[in-house]
Amino acid sequence: MLSKLKAKLLAESCEEYLCRLFEGIGKSSLNAFTTLAKESALDEARQFDKNPGQGLLAGVPIAIKECISTKGIETNCSSRILRGYIPPYDAHVIERLKAEGAIIMGKTNMDEFAMGTSTETSCFGPTKNPWDQSSVPGGSSGGSAAVVAGGEAPCSLGSDTGGSVRCPASFCGIVGLKPTYGLVSRYGLVAYANSLEQIGPLTHTVEDTALLMEVISGHDRRDSTSAEGERHSYLPGLKDGICGLKIGIPREYFGEGVNRDVEKAVWEGIHTLESLGASWQEVSLPHTRYALAAYYVIAMSEASSNLARFDGLRYGSRQGGDMDWHTTFSAIRAKGFGPEVKRRIMLGTYALSAGYYGRYYLKALKVRTLIKEDFLRAFKDVDILASPTMPIPAFKIGERINDPLSLYMADVFTVPINLAGVPAISVPCGFAGHLPIGLQLIGPHFCEAAVLKAAQAFEAATAFHEAKPEVI
Amino acid sequence: MEDVIIGLEIHVQLNRLQSKMFCGCSTAYHDSLPNSHTCPVCLGLPGSLPVINRKAVEYGIKVGLALNCNIEGETLFYRKNYYYPDLPKGFQISQYDYPLATQGHIMILGDDGAERNIRINRAHMEEDPGRLVHAGTIDKAKYTMVDYNRCGMPLLEVVTEPDLTSPKEARVFLDKLKSILDYLDVFDGTQEGSMRIDANISLKGGDRSEVKNITGFKGVEKALSYEITRQKNMQRRNIKVVQETRHFDELRNITVSIRSKVGAHDYRYFPECDLAVMRIASWVPAIRAALPELPDVKRERFVKQYGLADDHAKSLTSEIKLANFYEAVAARAAPKLAAVWIADVLKGELNYRDLSIESFKEEHMAEIVQMLEKSTISEDGAVQIIRNLLDKKGGTPREIVLALGLCKAEDDAVQKAVKEAVAESAAAVADYKAGSERALNFIVGLVMKKTRGKADASEVHRLVKEEVEKV
Repeated sequence: MLSKLKAKLLAESCEEYLCRLFEGIGKSSLNAFTTLAKESALDEARQFDKNPGQGLLAGVPIAIKECISTKGIETNCSSRILRGYIPPYDAHVIERLKAEGAIIMGKTNMDEFAMGTSTETSCFGPTKNPWDQSSVPGGSSGGSAAVVAGGEAPCSLGSDTGGSVRCPASFCGIVGLKPTYGLVSRYGLVAYANSLEQIGPLTHTVEDTALLMEVISGHDRRDSTSAEGERHSYLPGLKDGICGLKIGIPREYFGEGVNRDVEKAVWEGIHTLESLGASWQEVSLPHTRYALAAYYVIAMSEASSNLARFDGLRYGSRQGGDMDWHTTFSAIRAKGFGPEVKRRIMLGTYALSAGYYGRYYLKALKVRTLIKEDFLRAFKDVDILASPTMPIPAFKIGERINDPLSLYMADVFTVPINLAGVPAISVPCGFAGHLPIGLQLIGPHFCEAAVLKAAQAFEAATAFHEAKPEVI
Repeated sequence: MEDVIIGLEIHVQLNRLQSKMFCGCSTAYHDSLPNSHTCPVCLGLPGSLPVINRKAVEYGIKVGLALNCNIEGETLFYRKNYYYPDLPKGFQISQYDYPLATQGHIMILGDDGAERNIRINRAHMEEDPGRLVHAGTIDKAKYTMVDYNRCGMPLLEVVTEPDLTSPKEARVFLDKLKSILDYLDVFDGTQEGSMRIDANISLKGGDRSEVKNITGFKGVEKALSYEITRQKNMQRRNIKVVQETRHFDELRNITVSIRSKVGAHDYRYFPECDLAVMRIASWVPAIRAALPELPDVKRERFVKQYGLADDHAKSLTSEIKLANFYEAVAARAAPKLAAVWIADVLKGELNYRDLSIESFKEEHMAEIVQMLEKSTISEDGAVQIIRNLLDKKGGTPREIVLALGLCKAEDDAVQKAVKEAVAESAAAVADYKAGSERALNFIVGLVMKKTRGKADASEVHRLVKEEVEKV
């Protein structure tokens, strides 16, 4: 897809292509872009048209999730409290994209501070699912998924703390990868839960995801959790096939709570992989049922600390008069944060409080270790795991927003992956009615190549990724 | 005062480092515009991440070892969460469980003159917050400005056990700590705010108060003395001393309550996942091997090697530069005399002028001691030379001696000896007059004997010849 686009841009005009995209966005009703960097993007397109350069992504327009720091382009995490904040620096991934010639189109809508599964908690209002505008696009990287699925951008970056790339990829029928923790530098990713999250690509094809991974992965000394070692290359060998691949089917990821259409499509997907030369066996990840509780305790605890810096003093919006310090910053935070963010900050603060720390936070860390060990054990017998990405297809806007627990439950198959730190991809594997379904393929730490190869083989054998919603 | 219990928490800026604790910003911010020494990391901008300054950890280990602490095999950073305008992330990266160094001790001279062992509970690393600048006094300021230049400066917090028993002992302890830090070359005490002290104090049977953020050792002594008086008065009047945090008002020399411990902070410490656990066990041997000779050991050596009085040895080893200065002088001139003149005279003259030992040259001091040793100059003369050199009137000690005629007394002695010798040597004078030039040598020898060899022989020869011609 992107390789074809690059050829087309070279033959025709990048400026014209970009103008058409911006024109489409102008008419769009998806509410997926929040800020457009039209001027700088068109400038870069004109430069490309004069001198295309050699970059891996030369001339390729890309959309960026609101929570990734972009120099000179507002970065507000879809929160009122950060409105007007224009970062003086680029995130590591943005530096890498620019170095390879990509053109930053603008920023995409998300759940406020990435806290959500539906992109409904944004201060800009919900983004709509291109397949059904009354449904959510998933979240929290809902904007990044919708712009790709809706044809507003050829590719995008999201971030995944508990499923935030894979969930919207699944709901919008595109490809989304959550890399191994430490593979992509988090420098410049505004933290929600820093021990869990990674930046990942959202694209139409597996090959495009592999290409973006080549660009954004690799060691960065500014992120102390960034893995050292040589840069990986994901394109060579991508199409080698999966003959002899052993796939594990975690029994805890099927059955109760999983939509029948989803379960059926995923099993069909597994059989497709089987027909391509892979074998499958059932495996067990016995601590799965504790994953959601552990995830939310850890994520909210970290969030309560990560979001403490937003006091209106140095950047962002500062509403209300100046009183003494505590009154002033409390008022700014009360006005600036939405209800879901407040809920998570309060729960996280509680979980870290003296007397509760051992009962909640430390216990959650222990569960996290058990969950990681579940995966390590499973990967002794199998090469990758396959499961539904989400237990359900996209739901209606407004349907669950007042029922946080049912929203949290939707993350049940994505959060264990973040707790374990392993990579996982979501690829389109069917439809429930007119709504896409995602197949999740999970690999061992730093085995993105194996995951991508399996996903590539599946994609080549199916046509789901070619289906397009009727938008615009 | 055996009923006084004092414990100290000392925040030391490791300001000999070139860059801050978690970013590359320079530590030399003192003469800069506010907020000019900052970057996304020390400003806590959204998305920025800390990176440990390895050298800072090495410095921390160095101090830990010098304070006779155990160095933990693994150490990690925690987040200390609280809201304050000088803290741009809303938390301070600090240490909690598994601090860098634990269970150390240093010896000080107690009030009773006996050596006392002061236990160190721990030493841990953290980042300094920014600095608040109030428009006016803290309680009346209409607004406050924040300067983040200091933000992220590497700090080492040294916590003592409550082993100190008087304000003076606290001062002695701090002097000793400062001396050790000086030897390790990790700390420049001349920079403003480079050492800040929280002092916990209670009387036996009472609750403790904590006086926060005192700068200066005199301030610590004064604040503690005031607290003793205050707490004693309360006890006398049967008022319960409550546990609280107090502020030392340097102008009024009193402490004032800031907050009671009832609504104490819950800092919600938890591990800083943006930083990896540091496995430092393997760093320790090399750092230990490179430790310099520390003040106590050096003092003992000075006593043994140079035969110094303990007082002089202690005074000369309080600062590494002074100790090095002394040893350079002692290599060229009488060590004991040098010790007296450096410890008792030079140090006083430097203090009076607020100068450091670097403003005096080793070779000048050696020359002065040599002249004293030969009695070429008087003690008054030596003091005059030192003052002259310090007041930058130029020249070398010998030039000053000549210029100010400080050798006078000695010249007179030689003249006198020449006159006496000539008078006592009638035969030799006669021989000379009879043409025997060599006869003068006898008289010169006599002069040299009288001046115990300290006179210049050729000069004496000239003077004797002159004198004999007059006869």
